[in-house]
Amino acid sequence: MNQTIEFTLNGETMHYSVDVRQSLLELLRDELALTGTKEGCGVGECGACTVIVDGETVDSCIYLAVWADGKTLTTVEGLAAEDGSLSDVQTAYVQDGAVQCGFCIPGMVLSSTQFLEDNPTPTRPEIKRALSGNMCRCTGYQKIVDAVADVAEKRQENADIAPVKFTRHA
Amino acid sequence: MYDITGYHEADSLATIFKIIKADPKAKVIAGGTDVLVKARERKQDFIATQLIGITRIPEMQGITMAEDGTLSIGALSTFKQVEKDPLVQQYIPMLGEAVALVGGPQTRHVGTIGGNICNGATSADSAPTLFTYNAILEIHSEAGVKNVPIADFYKGAGWVDLEPGEILVRIKIAKADYEGYLGHYTKFAQRKALDIANLSCATLIKMAPDQTIADLRICFGVAAPTPIRMPQAEAFAKGQAINDATLKTIGKYCLADTNTRNSWRASKEYRDHLVQIIPARNILAALKEDQ
Amino acid sequence: MAKNNVIGKTEQRWDAIAKVKGQAKFTADFPINHKLHAKILRSTIAHGYVTAYDITEAEQMPGVVKIFLPEDLPQNKFGTAGHPWSMVPAKRDIEDRTLLTRHVRVYGDDIACVVAKTELEAIRALEKIKVTYEKYPVYLTPKAAMADNARRIHEERDNVIADTSVGYGDVAKELKAADYVIKEHFHTPMQQHVHMENQVAVAWQSEDQRWTCISSTQIPYICRRIIGQAVGIPWSQIRVQKPFIGGGFGNKQEVIIEPLVVALSMACGGRPVEMNLTREESIAYTRTRHAIDYDLAVGVNKDGSITAIDCNVYSNQGGYASHGHAIGGKGGTFINALYKTESLRYAAKTIYTNVATAGAMRGYGIPQVMFALESIMDDAAEKIGMDPIDFRIQNRRPEGFLNTLSHVQQFNFKIDKCLEKGREAFHWDEKLQDSLKYKTGSKRRGVGVAGFSYGSGTYPFGLETAGARLTLMPDASFKLMLGATEIGQGADTAFSQMAADTIGVGYDKIIRDAMSDTDIDPFDTGSYASRQTYITGFAVQEAAEKMKQKILKRASEMYDIRPEYMDIVDGNIVYSHNDQKIADLADFAMSSFYDMEHGRAIVAESSVNIHNNSYASGCTLAQVEVDIETGQIELLSVMNVHDSGKIINPILAEGQVDGGMAMGIAYGLSEGVRYNEAGKPLNNNLMDYKIPTTMDLPDLDHTFVESEDPLGPYGNKSLGENPLCSPAAAIRNAVKNATGVAINSNPLASQHVFEQLKQAHVI
Repeated sequence: MNQTIEFTLNGETMHYSVDVRQSLLELLRDELALTGTKEGCGVGECGACTVIVDGETVDSCIYLAVWADGKTLTTVEGLAAEDGSLSDVQTAYVQDGAVQCGFCIPGMVLSSTQFLEDNPTPTRPEIKRALSGNMCRCTGYQKIVDAVADVAEKRQENADIAPVKFTRHA
Repeated sequence: MYDITGYHEADSLATIFKIIKADPKAKVIAGGTDVLVKARERKQDFIATQLIGITRIPEMQGITMAEDGTLSIGALSTFKQVEKDPLVQQYIPMLGEAVALVGGPQTRHVGTIGGNICNGATSADSAPTLFTYNAILEIHSEAGVKNVPIADFYKGAGWVDLEPGEILVRIKIAKADYEGYLGHYTKFAQRKALDIANLSCATLIKMAPDQTIADLRICFGVAAPTPIRMPQAEAFAKGQAINDATLKTIGKYCLADTNTRNSWRASKEYRDHLVQIIPARNILAALKEDQ
Repeated sequence: MAKNNVIGKTEQRWDAIAKVKGQAKFTADFPINHKLHAKILRSTIAHGYVTAYDITEAEQMPGVVKIFLPEDLPQNKFGTAGHPWSMVPAKRDIEDRTLLTRHVRVYGDDIACVVAKTELEAIRALEKIKVTYEKYPVYLTPKAAMADNARRIHEERDNVIADTSVGYGDVAKELKAADYVIKEHFHTPMQQHVHMENQVAVAWQSEDQRWTCISSTQIPYICRRIIGQAVGIPWSQIRVQKPFIGGGFGNKQEVIIEPLVVALSMACGGRPVEMNLTREESIAYTRTRHAIDYDLAVGVNKDGSITAIDCNVYSNQGGYASHGHAIGGKGGTFINALYKTESLRYAAKTIYTNVATAGAMRGYGIPQVMFALESIMDDAAEKIGMDPIDFRIQNRRPEGFLNTLSHVQQFNFKIDKCLEKGREAFHWDEKLQDSLKYKTGSKRRGVGVAGFSYGSGTYPFGLETAGARLTLMPDASFKLMLGATEIGQGADTAFSQMAADTIGVGYDKIIRDAMSDTDIDPFDTGSYASRQTYITGFAVQEAAEKMKQKILKRASEMYDIRPEYMDIVDGNIVYSHNDQKIADLADFAMSSFYDMEHGRAIVAESSVNIHNNSYASGCTLAQVEVDIETGQIELLSVMNVHDSGKIINPILAEGQVDGGMAMGIAYGLSEGVRYNEAGKPLNNNLMDYKIPTTMDLPDLDHTFVESEDPLGPYGNKSLGENPLCSPAAAIRNAVKNATGVAINSNPLASQHVFEQLKQAHVI
């Protein structure tokens, strides 16, 4: 029950024979070993499985893998630069204390990343609405919304802001 | 893994008709936010079946306006596309406001307005609004095209007038049904996102030059097994000035026209109470938004 | 105490980078070959007995490896509560369950199990198992289960599994003597944890022929013990590993699926077996916060003094004992911690019913009792015309109060400072004034306040032991090994700061592990009771001090300087009297490994047993707007103020407060598992169980009344659970202030508010 599809995943062109019964989440996690994308409910409620498909966030648990055919996908593994340095959104999440258990974070970071592409000058209510499909039980969303607001502000102050590279032992 | 027996990506309406002719039980799937959830829940008819993906069919896409002013919404328009569409924003803004309240962003990115209608839920956020705009559903089948008023399309809870082999292709709204109207939609739910309505209400109003009501259209979701218009309230409202007494009477007629039920999500008593106050609030909000 | 300025500073949590990159591995993320999948067959009745199974068709389903009925697995009775084992049999948790059961006590009880090659094949086989039940009456409430003719839910014991009374003074007499007596009934809902990662565990036979279980648990060592007891093998034969975990909030302080997963692997020849609960299972069939009913009476005089607090408690335990009476029985201590009263009686019953088993959940009984207590205290203040903040301050316990219900002396207990600071920072008086403008029309505003107190760990009721190990590495970094668990709260970061501060190096020199491992890490009972920075903090401190002394002793040999003349500051060995550098710690560390004469690697270990407790406190202030026509409540602003001693890491502490407030607000406004009359859960999914989204919360405001606790290892006391103890009552009090209607059962969902307002003729 397989179909061969072609898609771009985190910048890489993929030809892959997928079981048509598979969700995109299962393709990513079970076949491609990209386990950064999480499953929290399996029915498109919690947003832990969020990935970006052609510039829009989708819940990959209720998105058939075959639908990726011809599309461009970004998962959390595709956000950092090739040298491992974090994107400004990832950086803000780390620095602003937006990360606790971390299970919702891949989806949250992807929703934030795409949202700031679409709306570089958001208000706080707009940020909240953009993240309303990603549930978090640790943070009360406070520092997550702060982090996104922070990125927007920094981008507006200096469009050329360099991505920060983190190493544990500086 | 979804418990399905096969998947076809249809590239044309003809392909869909062909597949369904061979397998009448094959299930049409658009954005999947409804069908796949039901498959996960192992609902009958959604497992051990083939799926036909339809999201790449050209004639079901896009939102356009005909020369006579009729708006035509492709059934595959996602909630986000409807919300952001300039024609929707200019001519039928209430529809944009309503679909902006569906689920969360991810659902609005893939969920379609056609799917929202075809699953037949009385809680569908697009439905009450389309009822008040007197939307016409353009349904294609191998036999041809039929145009069905949306009010006739809904037959019962989760039951719509759509036979296997029939596909909702476009949703049309005539100029006379939106020109000069103001509207407001209320989704009554516990949360501001990721929720379904315990009660919903779309209200369209057209004012006469003398500041009386020229036309009023009210449709409730979750006040009956299907979305339901309020004929008594609408008939009463014509020619009335907007004041407390008018609004109260509209509420009374709405109570008479609805058929709410008790469920663990909301009691009949509570729904009946809301039925009487939400149209008035919608009318005032619609008029206020216009100022 | 803090010395090297690492404590009290915002340090970036060490695991955050891995989490934003998707590198952080959770239990389901490990590649394990030839894994089998297990699914539980769940009862479709809430009370009864399975008289017959028919598995003939199910066994023929593709992919099925084996189907297990209760008799096919070990029958040992065990308890699931994440408490340390007790050497005193009478103090042990009730052991009332087996791996699978024919005797159904809750809807969704574990009556059989399928192991298959894929999850889908397991699900399809489950549907083919036919079950015949004998049905018993279903008891959803303590009242129903306590009725004279009620059937025992467990044959071995009465449905009332515990009945205790504590207190002092003559409550009846003091109530009579009071100027006013306020009597009220309160009911709290069954909240569920809804950690974003559901329960998941995988187990297999390891190379040494023992059993390894990777699990999303807060309590690896307790998990090891309970697996051993349930499966019936020596505890040494089990190794539990805990990777990153996607939240727990107490639900993973319960050993729910691990024993079954190990038993299934044993029954499948040691092949890896994974069980991954669905969201629907996790909400309905794991654990919940106890729903508790309170009958409270308070005697109050016109001068604001309290004569009596009389509290009858009925705690709904659900089908299995789990944490049992430890939760319902706990409230008296913390009522007593907050208020001066001439007399107190706290009588609590914990009762089996046929709803989901209640267990530990963030706050462990205190959010319930504070909802009741802080509501009635507000009503008492109102009765005598006193400002609710002044009333609470007037009645606070004095410094050094010996809480006779727990024998804990309350030092540095700053509830009054919290209330004072909150009044100012929240602009309480202005908001109170502002809300007076909204007392007519459909939108009414009001403000409310509520306080709480909370312990740091379980002493003197529970064992409080913890261990730590530090290893010096060749570049003068230190590996810190702990049995305490990071569950998202940032414990590992706080521990690293503690170790760094005590040794005298920077925070970045401490290396923690993503994986806790019962074969490797020192013994610690785990993450619960807001105990870790307090209890494990002592262990870290002791290990770090030992490490420092070992370094200085060796340095004394190497540099020929008496150890007492030396210190470690900022990663250098220095003269303690003037900080003059003697050696770079990195050079020393290299020598400690490879110097021909002195080379012997340095390790320091500790294991502590802590016999003290420091009570923390705090309060919530809230302003609401109530739409009295619809019953909808808008939380306009909310603030928590916390007295938690020294704050180890401000940004992490704030994060704990944010998350706890969100959970507490939702406890007050929207959350609760619902059942039909047959005991079937109705809302066990994320659409119908209403945890807040981003759009449902206002900005969360908070501040700290910071001080050095005289007992805490670094001046710190508890914080993790504290923030959700008081929001619900503050919101209830604000709604009362707005509408004049006191609603004594939460959540204040719109229909409930509507009904209460209608009953009070406000609508």
